[in-house]
Amino acid sequence: MSVVESKSNGTPKVGVYVCHCGINIAAKVDISEAVAFAKDLPYVTVAKDYKFMCSDPGQEIIQKDLRDGLIDRVVVASCSPLMHEPTFRRATAEGGGNPFLFQMANIREHVSWVTLDKVAGTEKAKALIAAAVERVVLHQPLEKTSVPVHPDVLVVGGGIAGIHAALTLADAGKKVYLVEREPTIGGHMAQFDKTFPTLDCSACILTPKMSAVRAHRNITLWTYSEVDAVDGFVGNFKVRVKRKPRYVDEEKCVGCLECIEACIFKKGKTDDEFNVGLVKRKPIYVPFPQATPLVAVIDPDSCVEFKTGKCPKSCAEACEPDAIDFNQKERIEEIEVGSIILATGFKTFDARRITRYGYGKYPGVYTSLEVERLVNAAGPTGGEIIMKNGEKPKAVGIVHCVGSRDEKTNRYCSRVCCMYSLKLAHLIKERTNAEVYNFYIDMRTPGKGYEEFYDKLLQENVHFIRGRVAEVSDWAMEPEEEGKLIIRAEDTLIGEVRRIPVDMVVLSVGLEAQPDADEVRRLFNISCSREGWFLERHPKLAPVSTFTEGVFLAGACQGPKDIPDSVAQAGAAAAEALALIDRGQVEMEPNTAYVTEELCAGCRTCSAICPYGAIVFDEEKDTASVNGALCKGCGTCVAACPSGALQQNLFTDEQIFREIKGVVSYV
Amino acid sequence: MSYIYYPGCSLKGTGRAYEESLLAVFKALEIHVEELNDWNCCGATSYMSVSELKAFALCARNFALAERQAHETGMTDLVVPCAACYLGLNKALRYLDEYPDIRRKIDEALATADLAYTNHIRIRHPLDVLVNDFDRDRIISRVKRSLAGLKVACYYGCQIVRPYADFDDQENPSSMNTLVRALGAETVDWPLKTRCCGGSLTGTVQDVGQRLSFILLREAIGRGADVIVTACPLCQFNLECYQNEMSRRFDAPVHIPVLYFTQLMGIALGVSDRQLALQRLFVPFKAGSKLQQTAGGQHVGS
Amino acid sequence: MSNTENSMSTFEPRIVAFFCNWCTYTAADLAGTARMSYAPNVRVVRIMCSGRLDPQFVLSAFREGADGVLIGGCHPGDCHYQEGNYKALRRFTLLKQFLRAMGIEEERVRLEWIAASEGDKVQRVINEMTEAVRALGPLHLEPMSTSTVERLIPEELKADAVAQGGTHE
Repeated sequence: MSVVESKSNGTPKVGVYVCHCGINIAAKVDISEAVAFAKDLPYVTVAKDYKFMCSDPGQEIIQKDLRDGLIDRVVVASCSPLMHEPTFRRATAEGGGNPFLFQMANIREHVSWVTLDKVAGTEKAKALIAAAVERVVLHQPLEKTSVPVHPDVLVVGGGIAGIHAALTLADAGKKVYLVEREPTIGGHMAQFDKTFPTLDCSACILTPKMSAVRAHRNITLWTYSEVDAVDGFVGNFKVRVKRKPRYVDEEKCVGCLECIEACIFKKGKTDDEFNVGLVKRKPIYVPFPQATPLVAVIDPDSCVEFKTGKCPKSCAEACEPDAIDFNQKERIEEIEVGSIILATGFKTFDARRITRYGYGKYPGVYTSLEVERLVNAAGPTGGEIIMKNGEKPKAVGIVHCVGSRDEKTNRYCSRVCCMYSLKLAHLIKERTNAEVYNFYIDMRTPGKGYEEFYDKLLQENVHFIRGRVAEVSDWAMEPEEEGKLIIRAEDTLIGEVRRIPVDMVVLSVGLEAQPDADEVRRLFNISCSREGWFLERHPKLAPVSTFTEGVFLAGACQGPKDIPDSVAQAGAAAAEALALIDRGQVEMEPNTAYVTEELCAGCRTCSAICPYGAIVFDEEKDTASVNGALCKGCGTCVAACPSGALQQNLFTDEQIFREIKGVVSYV
Repeated sequence: MSYIYYPGCSLKGTGRAYEESLLAVFKALEIHVEELNDWNCCGATSYMSVSELKAFALCARNFALAERQAHETGMTDLVVPCAACYLGLNKALRYLDEYPDIRRKIDEALATADLAYTNHIRIRHPLDVLVNDFDRDRIISRVKRSLAGLKVACYYGCQIVRPYADFDDQENPSSMNTLVRALGAETVDWPLKTRCCGGSLTGTVQDVGQRLSFILLREAIGRGADVIVTACPLCQFNLECYQNEMSRRFDAPVHIPVLYFTQLMGIALGVSDRQLALQRLFVPFKAGSKLQQTAGGQHVGS
Repeated sequence: MSNTENSMSTFEPRIVAFFCNWCTYTAADLAGTARMSYAPNVRVVRIMCSGRLDPQFVLSAFREGADGVLIGGCHPGDCHYQEGNYKALRRFTLLKQFLRAMGIEEERVRLEWIAASEGDKVQRVINEMTEAVRALGPLHLEPMSTSTVERLIPEELKADAVAQGGTHE
């Protein structure tokens, strides 16, 4: 009996099924040639093709052959296993076969979609099919193990996406930890005045949700906190959260704000982060009056008591509930959750990077986020557009696409800027009756009510100039231009270069990934895309899951988007987490390592190598053994084992050697 | 510190004040330069527009010669003061690097003259050398005559910063400003420091070309500059030589001295007026009238 | 079909690639989704982690007839299983020395770190490697003559070696 026959308990019968995938594969791979080739491979009893193997009739073909006893192992040559391996394994199981006596040949993503020449594509497809057949004859029938899913959920980031996800999960009866880095939840949405296209007051629609989070008995809200470490795997994450000291006791503080009034600083000296540096704040502060939780926080970098130890501490004196605690320490919380939703949001593009727009050089040049604060009734100018020189502008230029659609900075479109630029144009005109000029490349208004909003602006006497702004500067050509900021742009609709003198320039800055996105993603073992956004599992069909099971994405951290899309995505992430929790179990891929004791020489090379501590050494037997529950299936120990005692299910040495033989020696 | 020096045609002709002052300044600072043997015209922008490949060949011949000279002397850097030469040579260098079939053709052409180029020469602008190799503090220590009280508008022009921003920022360069401040003078901050002067259009399409230079002059004067300094022979020519005509054409007087930055440096380093070719200026420059009394009461006049 | 048949026209190298599931294999899928076309000479064997790569796989690939071997893993620090790619790097470094001693040119084996979003890198690396191996020509591995084998085995082990024989399959 050959090795193959002894390993498969008899002669294996392999069925090969080649998919056309419509014309996706058939255009660049000669299907009938591939089928004919497969028929001649050793142990192949059936070779067929079908237009869409993953469809019901396609799967039925496999299942019928299994039921009829024509085959006991299945090879499907179609798309990537990352796409449909679970689909076909399930189909095999439902047809009565073992789902692991199955192998896919990727002849779409790796062949038909990337090869121009059909002859070359067909040869390559044949090689991959031969490799799959060679390999599958040595597959063993395996059983999947299940682990329970912890029902609690961690949501990282308390902006609108994180808030919505947390509320959805909490309403479904799940316990949610909402961890937010800033002293308050609300994110960027809390900074806006009105939201497009309805011009709803942002705070009015956001604060009820923020209160709901605070009040919900299923949500544990930890603000001014960060995730420090994540261990474990889907269904069973152990997370360490670092709670930074506010130096104010959250339980005792009643939010009266007397401490801030009493602070020895009569005027603030530190840049107020919430107001984007437009005003200064004191060392003891709340970010904004509706902050949630409404608890003061002391910034040790600017507080005199922390710097010198010699402050009269008038804040503590003024605090009736005695909530101020200069000795408060950082606290570590360790929690267990089954799923994690990342909703860490975005940052705006740093306009200083484009020097020709003069941000930071000319005081009349603002970013859109700064103007959001000016326009906000609760902002530093009470909702009036008053510039740094104390005056209202008579002419305002709004520059679209700053840091977006730009080869030198970010190539992508940030999706929200056209709409918010239109919104700001409207609000500025309303508050100041200034001449407003929007300089745009294209007007991108795809959402519901967005184009209509643009139409409305066109009626409001706002000037639209189609042309990318070349520069903002202060050199005057005519006397009327003296003392103004001159925006130069080519008006491409009339074919002329124009100079528009204005008092105020608003730079519509694009969205970027958070500056620490790369570190954060490592914490959660996910990837980032080229531009730095968290990477989704599939751009079309799986936009909220990641390649790490149990970790989901919501909101702008996955890519620039507006509030409706962020909320929708947060709901989707919550739904996927709920689906996981509801299943109660998660099946582990059985590609774990195992030890054949007789072959183990006791060298211990393996136990040192395993990053999960999954290999234990039995001193008495002088052999190693693998804890299947901890093994993640990387196979590093298998490669290290000098005697071949360690093997990996689904990736044994023999299986891989046969795959290599198949992939090289036939075609 | 020693460099091979590529003057280019302009610096031997109408731009000779640039060469004279540059060499005098280098001498004063003990920076050793050796002219490139048998150098040829680089083609600048004109030839590049007519036949790119031939222009690359002209440049490549200079590279090959420079490499040979580098091999003999150990100096690996080629100092190129003229902005057009600087840009043209840089462009050729990059194209030879990036396009193997251009490289092949150029290699063949060079071979017919028994020359070869193997990627071992660096093109440096004197501003780069003075600010980065020589450094500001050393320059300060050599200043014999502080230019305190003088307001200087540094004009970079376009060719040394676009499209290749080798040693300075493309839109907001500061190397010349650093140098000028090291001499004790004050620099005028103005947004037109890399705006085109009109190039050769001042001679051919005069209303366009002269207008561009006029805008620069008017702004510099309007911001209180006493003098404009440049790093390009054509910029210097455009800004200096049409001032009367521009004043008439645009009905606004524009009169201001325009010097090469090396001339200003030379004044501060105590080099004689004659060596700095100050007598070649159309608009005369008398530093003394602008300079302050120094703290010790010592009058630093001309 | 042997490689010598097409050595008269353009030689088409056969290259085996070992791609790790989480980064490189995914990137190759992305290249497919984005319809980036590249040379058809590379055939992928999927492993869960580049740390699974046993140097014997590389040797086996050459023995079966491959002209080149490409190994793809996650960037250092990004391994889905923490450190597997570091192990791969170490093994690869040693393997290269061994291959050199065997007379196999360095350009025939290549290790690349390719992240899940770097579909374009997959395209570039495959194209580059195909050309590099094409320039080297087909790999000719001569079987050792018996006398060479005899010379290499130390005296003490000769009797054992002759008695055992057999392959790993």
